[in-house]
Amino acid sequence: MKPTKVTNSIRALRFAHGEMKQADLAKAIGVTRQTLIAIEQGKYSPSLEVAFKIARVFQVSLEEVFQYPEEEDE
Amino acid sequence: MAVEEKRAWALAVFAVVGYAVYAVLVLTRMDGRPLAETPYVGPLLWATGLGIVAGIVSGIWFGIAARNDGLQVDERDREIGRFGDHIGQSFVVIGGVSAMVLAMFEVAHFWIANVLYLSFVLSAVLGSLAKIAAYHRGMQ
Repeated sequence: MKPTKVTNSIRALRFAHGEMKQADLAKAIGVTRQTLIAIEQGKYSPSLEVAFKIARVFQVSLEEVFQYPEEEDE
Repeated sequence: MAVEEKRAWALAVFAVVGYAVYAVLVLTRMDGRPLAETPYVGPLLWATGLGIVAGIVSGIWFGIAARNDGLQVDERDREIGRFGDHIGQSFVVIGGVSAMVLAMFEVAHFWIANVLYLSFVLSAVLGSLAKIAAYHRGMQ
């Protein structure tokens, strides 16, 4: 159960959107606040559905919210 | 702490405490008899019955306590729940197979019942610990 390699900019996006509270974002995307915290900390990779919901809340593309580093041998 | 994590903690604690109380009750009833001849049915029924009731009541309690927190269970909780249940179920299978082997060899009912009870306890404890670890260390 290693932390996921997927990183995200949710915290920065929240602050850029009027310092949106974790509870408000969690409610908007249909997850608990604990799950949003886990996503922000990279401890949980959300489903595609939740990922798209987050991107829609901030009105940005999915890749502006989540980043996945390229493997060296790819 | 997520409601489901609290439930996992409660289940693990009740399982351990229940088994400890059961073990003490049985051992204090030995009175010089071999362990397999010690009366165990009463304590076993009480321990399993109270364990089930405590698990249900605590689950309801945590749900009521978090009623104003909005959503209580989401996709992560369900995923972690499945992961923990998967770990826990393996011990139920091990217990079932062990009990079957003991029955084939006509071992005393005491040992068969205790192997089954121990497997339930291990299932609850290790399944819950797996969930708690997943909540703390993360899932991918």
